[in-house]
Amino acid sequence: MTNPSLPAYNFAYLDEQTKRMIRRAILKAIAVPGYQVPFASRDMPMPYGWGTGGVQVTASILGPDDVLKVIDQGADDTTNAVSIRAFFAKVADVATTTRTEDATIIQTRHRIPETPLAHGQIIVYQVPIPEPLRFLEPRETETRVMHALEEYGLVHVKLYEDIAQHGHIATTYAYPVKVEGRYVMDPSPIPKFDNPKMHHSPALQLFGAGREKRIYALPPFTDVVSLDFEDHPFTVQRFDCRCALCDAQDVYMDEVITDDRGGRMFVCSDTDHCETRRSEGCQGAGLPQHCTAKAGWEAAE
Amino acid sequence: MNSEPILSVRKLEKRYGNFIGCTDVSFDVWPGEVIAIVGESGSGKTTLLNCISTRLERSSGEIRYRLRDRRFPDLAELSEAELRFLMRTDWGFVHQNPADGLRMRVSAGANVGERLMAVGDRNYGEIRRRASDWLERVEIAASRIDDMPVSFSGGMRQRLQIARNLVTHPRLIFMDEPTGGLDVSVQARVLDLLRMLVSDLGLSVIIVTHDLGVARLLSQRIIVMKSGRIVEQGLTDRVMDDPSHPYTQLLVASILEN
Repeated sequence: MTNPSLPAYNFAYLDEQTKRMIRRAILKAIAVPGYQVPFASRDMPMPYGWGTGGVQVTASILGPDDVLKVIDQGADDTTNAVSIRAFFAKVADVATTTRTEDATIIQTRHRIPETPLAHGQIIVYQVPIPEPLRFLEPRETETRVMHALEEYGLVHVKLYEDIAQHGHIATTYAYPVKVEGRYVMDPSPIPKFDNPKMHHSPALQLFGAGREKRIYALPPFTDVVSLDFEDHPFTVQRFDCRCALCDAQDVYMDEVITDDRGGRMFVCSDTDHCETRRSEGCQGAGLPQHCTAKAGWEAAE
Repeated sequence: MNSEPILSVRKLEKRYGNFIGCTDVSFDVWPGEVIAIVGESGSGKTTLLNCISTRLERSSGEIRYRLRDRRFPDLAELSEAELRFLMRTDWGFVHQNPADGLRMRVSAGANVGERLMAVGDRNYGEIRRRASDWLERVEIAASRIDDMPVSFSGGMRQRLQIARNLVTHPRLIFMDEPTGGLDVSVQARVLDLLRMLVSDLGLSVIIVTHDLGVARLLSQRIIVMKSGRIVEQGLTDRVMDDPSHPYTQLLVASILEN
């Protein structure tokens, strides 16, 4: 039955009851930082793995005055980012931007912007697998008990294995963190380069996993500590080169293959950061160059 | 000698519907004592072991355990958190099939180190040093510390499982047919090792076996079970040399004929 007095679709795609349900889950997640709150994830007009969790969280917190930015691997112009941005421009008619500082909501996959987030901003992470213990303990019943009883020895077994096999902690993304000294949390597949940005961030950080039906959150100024060993402390990747386009250093780099003869260049993975710098007159050395990404332990030596 | 039992079982019963798993089981375990539970397949000995180690919920009865602070509570009074802590620090469980007690996809060192990390050790070098110590104590070359248990032989896996259990210096070990799947010469080596470790560390052990030879070698006391009930218990030498219950006589006779 269609009621002619109602619009054909609701603001921001989801119906209001669904948004209320998701907002309740978000509030609970904020109240218990790092705890995975189950929610009744809806089918979205996109496949699982493309950000259905992030899209539902964004849809539930989006207002008409918000300015939305969507990034995928740091870039504003990749398929996933463009599609989700276009989706919300269409179903919510909100303003969109690529500039980090102009956005009120940033939905992200795999990166945190280089520009530090500010108070009042919200960053929404797309999460494929919310359970940090999944690959160590496949039973969901067991991992829930482990979270409840704070039994996190297994996470260190994984890190131990890394050092035993590779000589250093070889986990480079989805690096487990401990939140407020209580819950161990999967920060979604961001590079561990971005882990320190979560610690005491003034922005609200929300995590949505659509297929797994979980939402978790980090309220502003939350303790987020990357797990490590006393004698193998947590370190981030370093790059011993500068961005070929904007000459930036100490940012996370993408390697871009430029031909089939081994030509390649390294550029900022955060396209907004790179463009902003170029518009300010910074210029990189340009094409082919050599660069080695170094794990933190190498840089430290 | 310490005159307080470390474990006390009273009138323990486990029912599966109308079927009796074990019933009317009472006995004590003293510190440093090895008790063997013997009986044929289906006599309820594994059910009993699983009930005592809280891997299985009992139907009725009492199981008291002496904590390190000397309290002697019924295990049912402990919270799940306390029980799980007990299981990975104060207790050990050696399974018949090592694959049940090991993480087959992480290295031997991590298998041994897991309990240390579970109780909060955060120094890689120290964890590794203790893991390698323990590997040597169970006669596994320290050079194999980074190998996966899947590449180990049955006997080595069983010894690795023992090391993994002992690294936190537990006081009570449960063993379910620890030499069951091993061939005779390997069995002898594992038994030798167990006997040495038990006396070195002053462990209390409850060992379930259908092999009276194993019971004779390891245990000081023996409990004979049949159809879920204890039919006879006493010092191992006395029970083996002078069995009083007809079923025990049969058991002993059938072993000696081999």
